[in-house]
Amino acid sequence: MKTKILGYKRENGKIGIRNYVLIIPVDDISNNACEKVAKNIEGTIAIPHPYGRLQFGRDLDLTFRTLIGTGSNPNVAAAIVIGIEPKWAKYIADGIAKTGKPVAYFSIEKNGVLKTVEMASRKAMEFVEYATSLEKTEAELKDLTIGIKCGESDTTTGLAGNPTAGRIAERLVLSGGTVIFGETSETTGAEHLLAEHFETEALAKEYLKIHREYLKYIEDSGEDLMGSQPTQGNIAGGLTTIEEKALGNILKAGRKEKVKIKSVLDFAEAPKGPGLHFMNSSSAAAEFITLMGAAGATLQLFVTGQGNIVGNPIVPVVKITANPNTAKLMSEHIDVDVSGLLYRELDLDTAADKVMEYMVSVARGKFTRAEILGQKEFVITRLHLTA
Amino acid sequence: MKGDVEYKFLIHSEEDDVGVAVSPITQGEKVKGAYLSNRDKLIEVVAQNDIPFGHKIALRDIKEGEFVIKYGEKIGKATRDIKRGEWVHTHNLHSARWFKKEAK
Repeated sequence: MKTKILGYKRENGKIGIRNYVLIIPVDDISNNACEKVAKNIEGTIAIPHPYGRLQFGRDLDLTFRTLIGTGSNPNVAAAIVIGIEPKWAKYIADGIAKTGKPVAYFSIEKNGVLKTVEMASRKAMEFVEYATSLEKTEAELKDLTIGIKCGESDTTTGLAGNPTAGRIAERLVLSGGTVIFGETSETTGAEHLLAEHFETEALAKEYLKIHREYLKYIEDSGEDLMGSQPTQGNIAGGLTTIEEKALGNILKAGRKEKVKIKSVLDFAEAPKGPGLHFMNSSSAAAEFITLMGAAGATLQLFVTGQGNIVGNPIVPVVKITANPNTAKLMSEHIDVDVSGLLYRELDLDTAADKVMEYMVSVARGKFTRAEILGQKEFVITRLHLTA
Repeated sequence: MKGDVEYKFLIHSEEDDVGVAVSPITQGEKVKGAYLSNRDKLIEVVAQNDIPFGHKIALRDIKEGEFVIKYGEKIGKATRDIKRGEWVHTHNLHSARWFKKEAK
């Protein structure tokens, strides 16, 4: 089994496994210009999104953190930022420039879209020449930051899919790697177990506090989550209650006797060092992976039961399932089938080997199914209303 | 039944009240279940309903209002009496944490 990966060593020493020239809109009305640049120049990719105007407070901070973090991600070789006004475009470009990678910004006011697109396209052309002249270097899986998530879960997720992911999380962390998981509301019913998984009492308290706040936010809205947690897909897959879903959910963090959780991260916050980290985050797949990418994740492991199809513009998503029906019916979306775990054809270690071998090949350049199919969801988490 | 295994459902933990079907189960069928920790240790149950792949089967008689255990943990409360071998899902099990507002 190959263990070495082939990545791009960025200016700040971080390893990326993809090499995008990213065109980032600061705001909704700059999407068009960004998409036009991406159409003009091969080797670039735009990440349109519907936000960035009249946000304020921590909601605006999170949008900025997400855009800066995404541009700073080691899978991005260079970035172009386009906004209606120069000030915020510059703010995001300056944030990305801290990584040392090439970045430029353009503003549409006083230029118009046509002129902006021309200027940005010429710069993008330079950046693509730069990016494609970079050579890959050998590195290890542990040099990557890896996100772990499950989605469209069913009972096979808890039986086999997440325990496989947990085994991988343990191996990565024990070898010096960096792993992030989260999905705050989906730990409801298993908080007492997850709390014991943190390295210190203080961290456990911090997690329980953000979990309480997350639930309070939902309850204060006057709603309950009975209609959405478990989801209709979860229920069809045999999951009955949030507690049952949560008990399966937390298994992807591995066994607490093997590795402890080192920090509680805010939305889109990058971990300070290697180890296992919990991020306060939505359980919605595209939002979660966008947060992971913004926090520096260069590879995403995704366990599905009923068949979630999510991808991301810059983070390859490796999808595994332990549901043999999903592996068959949605085969074009599934990278690794571990359903043999249900029938003694695999054990957790051989299943983890199989998935890690695949992760290594993806980290050497092989496209995941989500990449091949063009699933590129970029979804910014919002915290409150605009002004 | 898939593979060469004798069992049609799996049980997470020794204390569990339910198993998870890994092959579809038909009403009246005498089915074997294995423990995740020891696949050679089998138990036998007569299915009271058809149980789809991935759905739960009761391993004991459960009274209305009792907690139901899976993973060795509480996953909710029985909303009616459940017989050993019965299909366990939203019609007879409810979260003990989140309730529908109408039910409050």
